[in-house]
Amino acid sequence: METVEALTIVLAIGLTRGWRSALTGAAVATLALAAIVAVLGPALTVIPIETLRLVVGGLLLVFGLQWLRKAILRASGWKAVRDESSVFERERAEAASAPHEERAGLDWYGFTICFKAVLLEGLEVAFIVLTFGSTQGSIPLAIVGAAAAVILVVLAGILVREPLSRVPENTLAFAVGVMLTTFGTFWGAEGAGVDWPGGDAALPAVLGFVLLVSLGYVTMLRRRRLVFA
Amino acid sequence: MKRFGKFWWDFIVGDDWRVAVGVLLAFGVTALLATTSVPAWWVLPLAVAAVLWLSLLRAAR
Repeated sequence: METVEALTIVLAIGLTRGWRSALTGAAVATLALAAIVAVLGPALTVIPIETLRLVVGGLLLVFGLQWLRKAILRASGWKAVRDESSVFERERAEAASAPHEERAGLDWYGFTICFKAVLLEGLEVAFIVLTFGSTQGSIPLAIVGAAAAVILVVLAGILVREPLSRVPENTLAFAVGVMLTTFGTFWGAEGAGVDWPGGDAALPAVLGFVLLVSLGYVTMLRRRRLVFA
Repeated sequence: MKRFGKFWWDFIVGDDWRVAVGVLLAFGVTALLATTSVPAWWVLPLAVAAVLWLSLLRAAR
């Protein structure tokens, strides 16, 4: 999902300002993200697992609730659904009107916009990769999973050469929010000293609870919107 | 420095700081209860449901 959002901006800049600066910006940001993961990954493995679960659980929970909140508000009509096509058109219009300034042989506007887009969207991915990878004891496996998703989205973008507007973005955000909240609740509680009834088998029950509550909130907020309308 | 701090605040805490405070409080109650003989596993799921609902209600006005 984050790759879809970054790809929209890189495509808009590449088509308007030229591919060299856009792709250089995206590549430098990707290297910066790889460096962040390479430095923080090993550092996380030396933290005791209980402390790690408490901190990671707390962060995942706050992070997951942000995603879930936004996705529920969009699904119930209280917040506008993100439209990749309109974001693409807006970025293209802004890129076309921005002045040309060359630095280090690159169109500086194109470079910085793409660098920022990939770095900021990628930070969320890096955060999820590091937290899931460290608590499950395999950061490399989490990296492989994330890299596969990124490659798939970029390939799709190269093939269609336009924003991936048919990706059900809010459904994905909802699913990610439910997963982050579930794992955050589960690991956070364990880190705080809780023994879940049934051990790891409680995880699907927490997932079911979070999913049902979230779907229930969507229904309740839709009704509330009808009353307000 | 201020922009750097704001970035991390927006990145982690997001639109509603009350959610982060609610989660912190729930962790505290869970940790306290976990030191007693009373089961503590139910606190966090219920707190998550409550914090999320209150935050949604504030946004849906």
